[in-house]
Amino acid sequence: MGYKKKTITLAIVAILLAVLFIFYDLTGNINYILPRRIMKVVAIIITGGAIAFSTTIFMTITNNRILTPSIMGIDQLYVLTQTFIIFLFGSRSLVMMSSTLNYLISIIVMVVFALLFYRLLFRGERNNIYFLLLIGMILGTFFSSFTSFMQVLIDPNEFMIAQDKMFASINNINTDLVYVSIILLTGVVLYFIPYYKYLDVIALGQDHAINLGVPYHYVVKRLLIIVAVLISIATALIGPITFLGLLVVNIAHEFLKTYRHFYLILGSILISVIALLGGEFIVERVFTFQTTLSVIINFVGGIYFIYLLLKENKSW
Amino acid sequence: MVKIKGVSKAYNRKSVIQNATLSIPKGKITSFIGPNGAGKSTLISMISRLIAKDEGIILIDGQDITEIKDSELAKKISILKQSNSMNVKLTVRELITFGRFPYSKGNLKKEDWEKVEEAIAYMELEDIQHKFLDELSGGQRQRAYIAMVLAQDTEYILLDEPLNNLDMRHATQIMKTLRRLVDELGKTIVIVIHDINFASCYSDEIVAIKDGKIVKQGPTCDVIDQCVLKDIYDMDIDIKEIDNQRICVYY
Repeated sequence: MGYKKKTITLAIVAILLAVLFIFYDLTGNINYILPRRIMKVVAIIITGGAIAFSTTIFMTITNNRILTPSIMGIDQLYVLTQTFIIFLFGSRSLVMMSSTLNYLISIIVMVVFALLFYRLLFRGERNNIYFLLLIGMILGTFFSSFTSFMQVLIDPNEFMIAQDKMFASINNINTDLVYVSIILLTGVVLYFIPYYKYLDVIALGQDHAINLGVPYHYVVKRLLIIVAVLISIATALIGPITFLGLLVVNIAHEFLKTYRHFYLILGSILISVIALLGGEFIVERVFTFQTTLSVIINFVGGIYFIYLLLKENKSW
Repeated sequence: MVKIKGVSKAYNRKSVIQNATLSIPKGKITSFIGPNGAGKSTLISMISRLIAKDEGIILIDGQDITEIKDSELAKKISILKQSNSMNVKLTVRELITFGRFPYSKGNLKKEDWEKVEEAIAYMELEDIQHKFLDELSGGQRQRAYIAMVLAQDTEYILLDEPLNNLDMRHATQIMKTLRRLVDELGKTIVIVIHDINFASCYSDEIVAIKDGKIVKQGPTCDVIDQCVLKDIYDMDIDIKEIDNQRICVYY
């Protein structure tokens, strides 16, 4: 089966799951349940898509298959920014300030961080993956510890409000944010289109890319900004799901076995949507909310990952 | 012609190339020789804008390389580095089509495919064109990479140690191909090379580099000389003339 057919198969599975998710056991007040379910599916598609899209770009830029934005602590930074806003202005500000404004402030912080990260990436002549990985681990831990430190200092009542606002989990989606996210996502995709053609070449490595006439630093800087915005969107809607990006992009590479980014991006988005929809379906119907989505994702993904390691696929 | 004027480069204040000035003539093979760490690879990387220079000017056909658009420069000059490990699984043919990127931006037209076919034929890769790169031997892979550079169809081709890890048969095969590229297609080739006998037998010009400085530049017969080589490598090298070729005996 070629990579084109595989992508179509993935698309069909994703659509079937979405339909199943929306229409399964549709009893009771349809006018209430149906819009809520559709909103959930839309949020899942946006989040899953944004995580997969950003991770594919990020892995291509850093030229390795271990580093993901989450492992670099970028989504933790989003949570930190949100906490910091509450810490400075109190939760009332968060209630008074529209969630959209709050969202946009966080995205600006994320983009600034992406630009700093770009400096870090090209510090010296060659980027050192282990150095980056180490920095990422430290930053991620730093961001999350600093977040909990500030949460401890905040008045407990404020913290309750803050936590409720900060983590719009799948079962408590802020509809305003969904609309803003759709607009932002459209903007990001439009911004991405001119750089799309460079991705296949950048995957060959920095030297080859420069040799083949890619304005390397210019393009990579802009791609990192795209990654930062995508991660903000995903984290704002559902919250950090650490290993999802790592898993879906690697699965897409293994499954599609192509270097073409058009199919890689599409494939990883679809796999991501399938994983989230399937996982959420199982959480709701099989475990009746006894467990969380990220547990399911990490469990299934972990098993697949061990399988990959055991298979010892040397080709990648 | 490539002109290099007063080019310097330092890593963390440690100078690697100091005030290098030289010109590389058109339609010839120019070899960079010198001991390890002399700065040969750094210099060739600067000429091909893979790394930025600290000072000086590099002109290609009279144009400053920092002022030419990246995509235009990629049609004039190409570089192949010594290590070419890739994280991407590609077939030989797919790799070669990447050579057309400066022209096609990913959408290959009829003319681009013709160039790809020509490159495959020139490097005699027809039999293995659908094999994956990681299934090939070192010599075959090196030929595939050179074919990619050929498909890029640039006037200037820079190669950083193209004979690295190749046995004698494959090494001579590559050098003969490079010679043909210059003689038949009029390309200008610059190579960094360690084996001074390959440099002596196949190149027209030799640039000797030591400790970041250009020690000597000239036609092959001028540089392959006992005194000059002693100066570069700090060892006595006996030079014998065999079939009109200067062969260095240093074992």
